[in-house]
Amino acid sequence: MAGSNDAERRSRHWEKTRNLTIVVLVLWAFFSFVLPWNAKALNSMSFLGFPLGYYFIAQGSLIAFVLMIFGQNWLQDKIDDEFGMHEE
Amino acid sequence: MFRLQGRLVDNLPKVYGLYTGGFVIFILLMAILDRMGVSGATIGLLFVGFTICIYALIGWLSRTMQLDAYYVAGREVPAVYNGMATAADWMSGASFVALAGGIYFGGYGYMAFVVGWTGGYVLVNSLMAPYLRKFGCYTVPDFIGTRYGGNTARLIAVIILVVASFTYVTAQIDASGTIAARALQIKYETGVWVGLVAILMCSMLGGMRAVTWTQVAQYIVLIIAYLVPIIWMSNRQGFGIIPHFSYGDAIHRIQELEPLVKLGTKATESFPGMSILATPLNATGAPMESWRFFTLAICMMAGTASLPHILMRYFTTPSVRSARKSVSWSLFFIFLLYFSAPCLATLTKLQLLDPNLPTAIIGKPFADVANLTWIKNWAAVGMVKISDSNADGILQLNEFFMRPDIVVLATPEMAGLPYVISGLVAAGGLAAAMSTADGLILAIANALSHDLYYKMIDPKADVKHRLIVARVLLVIIGVAAAFIASLHITGILGAVAWAFCFACSGLFFPLVLGIWWKRANREGAIAGMVCGFVAGSAYLYYVQNGGAPWWGIDGLRFGMIGMPISLIAMVGVTLMTPAPDSETQRMVDEVRVPTGRSILAETH
Repeated sequence: MAGSNDAERRSRHWEKTRNLTIVVLVLWAFFSFVLPWNAKALNSMSFLGFPLGYYFIAQGSLIAFVLMIFGQNWLQDKIDDEFGMHEE
Repeated sequence: MFRLQGRLVDNLPKVYGLYTGGFVIFILLMAILDRMGVSGATIGLLFVGFTICIYALIGWLSRTMQLDAYYVAGREVPAVYNGMATAADWMSGASFVALAGGIYFGGYGYMAFVVGWTGGYVLVNSLMAPYLRKFGCYTVPDFIGTRYGGNTARLIAVIILVVASFTYVTAQIDASGTIAARALQIKYETGVWVGLVAILMCSMLGGMRAVTWTQVAQYIVLIIAYLVPIIWMSNRQGFGIIPHFSYGDAIHRIQELEPLVKLGTKATESFPGMSILATPLNATGAPMESWRFFTLAICMMAGTASLPHILMRYFTTPSVRSARKSVSWSLFFIFLLYFSAPCLATLTKLQLLDPNLPTAIIGKPFADVANLTWIKNWAAVGMVKISDSNADGILQLNEFFMRPDIVVLATPEMAGLPYVISGLVAAGGLAAAMSTADGLILAIANALSHDLYYKMIDPKADVKHRLIVARVLLVIIGVAAAFIASLHITGILGAVAWAFCFACSGLFFPLVLGIWWKRANREGAIAGMVCGFVAGSAYLYYVQNGGAPWWGIDGLRFGMIGMPISLIAMVGVTLMTPAPDSETQRMVDEVRVPTGRSILAETH
């Protein structure tokens, strides 16, 4: 399966993989840095009875990370399948 | 019944189901003994002794003389179990014993550990694990050495790995020594060596395979031990069975109480190693506070993604896809403990402060508090101190001193839970410290035996020889680490933060760019590793010797100095030197697709 077809398939696969990674990293930065930085301001709001800023650093961001990784892997598997790149 | 020979991997749910059931029965048995009036000391001893024996048994049953079983557990660990093993590997004595205490005393600032030590897995999953698995290496320096070529790069990676992991492992042996000493009623210095023997029994005979299966067992013990006291305490305080989603009121209540108990009043006395509670639970919004949160979180995250004992766990899965899947399970299992730590810290604080609860001590008559059993027990070992500084007969917040490390271990007693829970918590803390120590010692010994001895010194060595060298190194490193730990140099959390900063200063960018930047070459990687690591270490030396930290970057976050320098050096030098040859570039292309053969042969 050598040749330009294969090369193109690989480069499109990599492009999609890279874009997905960038999206995930932007979300990651938001939950890791933007929300905790503004914890004090968020604390004026309330969620499940918690001050919101506290909630995110103690729980909300963590839940977001877990969902993010499961979501990313689900999408990445679909990308791999689309380009016939899943392992047997 | 407990035969690990043959196809263990096909019987995992049965084996670990039985094991978990057995452990629960053991806890109930201990509870009965507790009721019958058997002393707390005996129960603690039984808990610690029994669990250590089980781990040693698993370690012995998993013995092997095969290379790929020793180095990568035969690459047959299913994703969910690898997730549990990684979680145990990851959650150290520091996470288990010291984290909730850090949050209790440090408030918002310490929550950066919680966010950093979970968010780091997003980096592991996105940037590292699947690609390193495709590469097919045995160790992390194996990747650096092959991707960039040449023994110099490999050797520098080995040195950084050894420094980072060794710093970390001394803290783990310290923690296992502390717990063993308390549970077995022996001196700390002896406890350290008991801990070491237990750790070596899990790893020596079976290498990565034995460590994997003991770590799964240790995860089960540590998560039960962490959650049971929280659930129990929350029931007593009226926050329901699963307090995690309902302790919001406790936060509000503590914020109400903080001014009433005059939080922030300085203590008039001081006791070495012990602190009073002086930091508010919630963020104050000062820019410096946010900056310190940010810098600590980023160092811990990048450190997570560059610590070899974690990355090498993902070399043990059967495929790239299962490597990714096991990262998601790892984070899930880790999350269970980390989102409980702030909850534990909050409930513990509330039960000491809130005058409406029977467990409160602040604002109570001094003589009554001094008579509490848990105060007496922990004061006897120098971990707690109460002192009526203003002689008014009432215990104030600034008169209650405690070592931050003991919050988790002492919580069951503070809450008046039966002693069986304390024994369980001791077993959990020991499991956490041992599992991490095992992963670290193995990472160091494997890097030395595979990368230094086999790849650089004696490439013709046969399998038997290599495995003997690996084991001898394992023992030497363990003994050295136990010796350093017995000297008691830094606190548990401090040493752990250093390890993360060493790892991210030296290894983060050479690893990431090795996969994500095809142009990255050997000269750049060497410059990145050396400059980042040297700059970070020099800065740590400067701060430790009384230098004023720049922009609040202290010894816990010196990765903030090392990482940017590493990046600049690596990119700069790479661009000034020729691009890597087409062979290497093809290798990088190959790493980026999940299909096809791994770069390195199955056994190498």
